[in-house]
Amino acid sequence: MKKYTDKGKKDTRSGFGAGLFEAGQADSRVVALTADLKGSLKMDQFAAAFPERYFECGIAEANMIGVAAGMAIAGKVPFVGSFAEFVTGRVYDQVRMEVCYGETNVKIASSHAGITLGEDGATHQTMEDIALMRALPNMVVINPCDWTQTKNATIAAAKYDGPVYLRFGRPKVADFMPDEPFEIGKAYVLNEGKDVTIFATGHMVWEALNAAEALEAEGICAEVVDVATIKPLDTATVITSIKKTGCAVVAEEHNMAGGLGELIAGVLAASCPRPLEYINGKDRFGQSGTPAELLAAYGMDALHIAEAARKAIGRK
Amino acid sequence: MQSAEDLKKTASQVRRDIIRMVTKAKSGHPGGSMSCTDFLTALYFNVMDHDPATWTRDGKGQDVFYLSAGHLTPVYYSVLARAGYFPVSELGTFRKFGTRLQGHPSVEKGLPGIIQASGSLGQGLSAAIGTAIAKKMDNDGKNVYVLCGDGESEEGQIWEAAMFAAHHKVDNLIAMTDRNHQQIDGTTESVAGLGDLEAIWKAFGWEVIPADGHDMEAILDAFAKAKSLSGKGKPIMIMFNTEMGHGVDFMAGTHKWHGNAPSEEQCAVAMTQLEETLGDF
Repeated sequence: MKKYTDKGKKDTRSGFGAGLFEAGQADSRVVALTADLKGSLKMDQFAAAFPERYFECGIAEANMIGVAAGMAIAGKVPFVGSFAEFVTGRVYDQVRMEVCYGETNVKIASSHAGITLGEDGATHQTMEDIALMRALPNMVVINPCDWTQTKNATIAAAKYDGPVYLRFGRPKVADFMPDEPFEIGKAYVLNEGKDVTIFATGHMVWEALNAAEALEAEGICAEVVDVATIKPLDTATVITSIKKTGCAVVAEEHNMAGGLGELIAGVLAASCPRPLEYINGKDRFGQSGTPAELLAAYGMDALHIAEAARKAIGRK
Repeated sequence: MQSAEDLKKTASQVRRDIIRMVTKAKSGHPGGSMSCTDFLTALYFNVMDHDPATWTRDGKGQDVFYLSAGHLTPVYYSVLARAGYFPVSELGTFRKFGTRLQGHPSVEKGLPGIIQASGSLGQGLSAAIGTAIAKKMDNDGKNVYVLCGDGESEEGQIWEAAMFAAHHKVDNLIAMTDRNHQQIDGTTESVAGLGDLEAIWKAFGWEVIPADGHDMEAILDAFAKAKSLSGKGKPIMIMFNTEMGHGVDFMAGTHKWHGNAPSEEQCAVAMTQLEETLGDF
């Protein structure tokens, strides 16, 4: 199995901060807006370097989305940042009309997504945002897996002309991806296998790699695919992989409804039906706890992914 | 640039357009369109520095206008067409399948003059602020105008925007409220008790200019004052006191014409009360 080394634990939101700063250096049209969460969104470096391009909006997310849309219309490239819940559910109508239907070049930076937010509990542990953003025409949905990929996805989002939803998290997790330009719309095959495919997104990619390692010890060769872009989905890679391995697990830090699992299930149903198992939050809210405790309790860690892989293989 | 006398004639034609468009489409929002007709006519034919021939959606180098109350498409499309943004004959396609003149403004259809989609209320003010800030960053030197309804001002986002614009000193923004005192379900006071909107906007740190929204000289005076206050550190709100359905006796002063189309017979009666000045579409 291909070896991925953890270069050191880092939060993906810091990868966003680094990418935003780099994008800001490269393009003076890039501006950043936040709703009283500059520190949480790691916008400090950008704000310090480009104070005239940084806008504190106060705790008023709806207005922030609209202001960003107006700036985009006038030629700026705005990144609006807040917690996942507040830049999706709270402002769904604003994102729908001002950003997607209005075809404005706004980038939505969504932090603290998923159950690994941890101790803050269910109010902030958004596991419905991918479904909401996926449903919007014109929206690109990206859920990178580590610090390095988040940084490079941020830079790619700045260069892309159109609405982008960029999802990342709070906890420090393994940083293992190579530092290379991010391709929007590409699913990355991290490990080639023949027995089962694990399609994973976001923080679940590292869990999937750990699961693949455990399976390897049992003689099971798992293909691991990092579905960093959820919309548009790289259906060619999905179909090629599933045809090769014959079954799959989809792992995501999101609820079942409208998530990556349902999306891939739809692709399989239409093109090449194969056994499929799901790792996700099902149809639940989270609760307070450490990220590791929660991933285990909600059945979303490497152990559960490996178990789901065995089950999928058994259904072939 | 039209004189006050010419503007009155243009406004009469715009009101004819509104009623004929809505009658033909059998749907639409004539009442609010007719309450803001006079000052939107003044805006496009006298006040704004704009050029339909060189207009681009980014609004660079020109004054721009946002329609926050997106349901007011009848007046918006008429004024845009009469100002030369697209052929007047296209007004006859309003709300028909395949039209660029969607029920609420759409950028997807590429209708010249439309800067942003609107229709879900309370959002256009924020977008106008964003464009105004971008213009300041680019030293563009132009103003951004935006029209909000008084009923629309019940949306919380309006007040988020009000706070933001004052805090960030967005002083190239000239907002307008069409204070016609009506909304779908009744008068604004019976539905939500808006209260003293002028005092509220002042309390939020805005310059507030009250004006009679049906007196063309007063309208031009209000815009002149607004322009003189541009660049002085505060966003500006012109509170145009108006009457819903103004210009046709049986439509005036009632919420019943907020979103209803006249019959062919009612349209014919309305036409007798409005002079045809530029030629019907």
